[in-house]
Amino acid sequence: MPSVIEVRNLHKRYGDHVAVHDVSLSVEEGEIFGILGPNGAGKTTTVECLEGIRTPDGGDIRVLGLDPARDRAEVTRSVGVQLQDGQLPERLRVAEALELYASFYDTAADWRGLMDSLGLTAKAKTRYGKLSGGQKQRLSIALALVGNPRIAVLDELTTGLDPQARRDTWDLIEAVRARGVTIVLVTHFMEEAERLCDRLALIDAGRVVTVDTPAGLTERAGMGQRVSFRPSAPLDDRLLTALPEVAAVTRDGERITVDGDEDALNAVSALLARQGIVAQRLRVEQASLEDAFVALTRHETEGK
Amino acid sequence: MATWRLVTIELKLALREKVGPLWGVGFPLVLLVVLGNVPSLREPQEVNGGLSTFEIYVPVIVLFNLAVLALIAMPNALAGYRENGVLRRMRTTPVGPVRVLAAQLAANLAIAVAAAVLVLAVAGIAFGVRLPGSLPAFLAGWALVTAALLSIGLVLTALAPGRSQATAFGTVLYFPMMFFAGLWIPITQMPPWLRDVSHYTPLGAGMRAFQEAYEGGFPSAQPVLTLAAYTVACAAVSVRWFRWQ
Repeated sequence: MPSVIEVRNLHKRYGDHVAVHDVSLSVEEGEIFGILGPNGAGKTTTVECLEGIRTPDGGDIRVLGLDPARDRAEVTRSVGVQLQDGQLPERLRVAEALELYASFYDTAADWRGLMDSLGLTAKAKTRYGKLSGGQKQRLSIALALVGNPRIAVLDELTTGLDPQARRDTWDLIEAVRARGVTIVLVTHFMEEAERLCDRLALIDAGRVVTVDTPAGLTERAGMGQRVSFRPSAPLDDRLLTALPEVAAVTRDGERITVDGDEDALNAVSALLARQGIVAQRLRVEQASLEDAFVALTRHETEGK
Repeated sequence: MATWRLVTIELKLALREKVGPLWGVGFPLVLLVVLGNVPSLREPQEVNGGLSTFEIYVPVIVLFNLAVLALIAMPNALAGYRENGVLRRMRTTPVGPVRVLAAQLAANLAIAVAAAVLVLAVAGIAFGVRLPGSLPAFLAGWALVTAALLSIGLVLTALAPGRSQATAFGTVLYFPMMFFAGLWIPITQMPPWLRDVSHYTPLGAGMRAFQEAYEGGFPSAQPVLTLAAYTVACAAVSVRWFRWQ
């Protein structure tokens, strides 16, 4: 697939503070590309350079073959943007905002349909200042999509949304992608990244740590399973630590927690069966993207 | 299309905002009606060249309206847009923030025109104040003052860090400027040195241009040059220092 966004060695500083050291990535047409990282990692600065509202201090950016800093007009026509802190006039009504923004584009989407699919029709006449955080967020997403963009850059997509609204928004984003729109998603929300993104760039301290699929990232972090349970009869820790699959055993009252590799659960179950002990309230945790995130960003810090 | 929609939206927002309509249009009209009902102000005065104090106040009230819109309402709205990221958001669209600024100017201009027509009409119909001797000359003077004031309003917006400072700067500037327009003491009754100072302030120069128009003549070189100088200088400063975010 051809890449629609190409970033090479992006560098951006504000005075003495370097926000982005060196970021290179490429986004392919039609994918949902996540930019994940802790607060202050340089995610927002990176996408703002893509959008053309910040000028990089170094490196090269191509969006649909164009330089966003120089060919701003052209880029704004094909890139829909949701800003993290982008706002509207307090007294502007929802329908007015959508109609206004639709008038900015030659090939605008049907703004009424968009308003409907984002559940804003009931609020059509409500002023922006009177909307809840979630409603503002949904309006902001609608405005990013109203120009029928080829690429949508969404910064902190579901921050401030309740769980139901968050899931609805995810469905909407998947529907938008199904229409062939490439989506760049800035997030620090793991569940969202795992659910939506085809590929993720993990950014930490202004550098790309790694780019991979969510599953690939989890695997790369090299993390196994965590098994915890309450034994029905006393169990000697040494029996557990003797297992090659087990790395560590901790006790919290009667509850035993075993950390091990991906076969830890099988090994522990077999041991318990041999001892005639039943594991009560058994809980197994797979390493999640979140664990991978913590592990990978920690490696990076230690590496320096 | 987009530009036209922006102007209508800005106009709607300005009306909803209430600062402009209330203080820029409503209050001057009330002031006009109140002053018009004070009998002593309606009597011709020797010092005013045979005009009544009320008649002298009519153009002052037109300036009052312009100054509120240009120095308070507009900087308040624009600095608010910058503070809330409205201008920043516009930078990501094909339309861009310059047109928002232009739409703001156009909306305030429209309100100012409506208010000026209203003030002159009420003064003429309800209180029998004669119209300026030369309407085109009055219009020319009005356009010059308006350009100067909007330019000053843009400087306030450019230099104020945030919305509250923009409003504060505007209000602080507003009172001395209105003083020199003769809101408290008519210019003709000022001591000569104060009158000279007044002629070189934006509103004092504006009053002079209005006075000349009432007498049937086009604005003379002094007010024209003064107002043009304010317009050009302030426009240059705001172009140089305006921040979109």
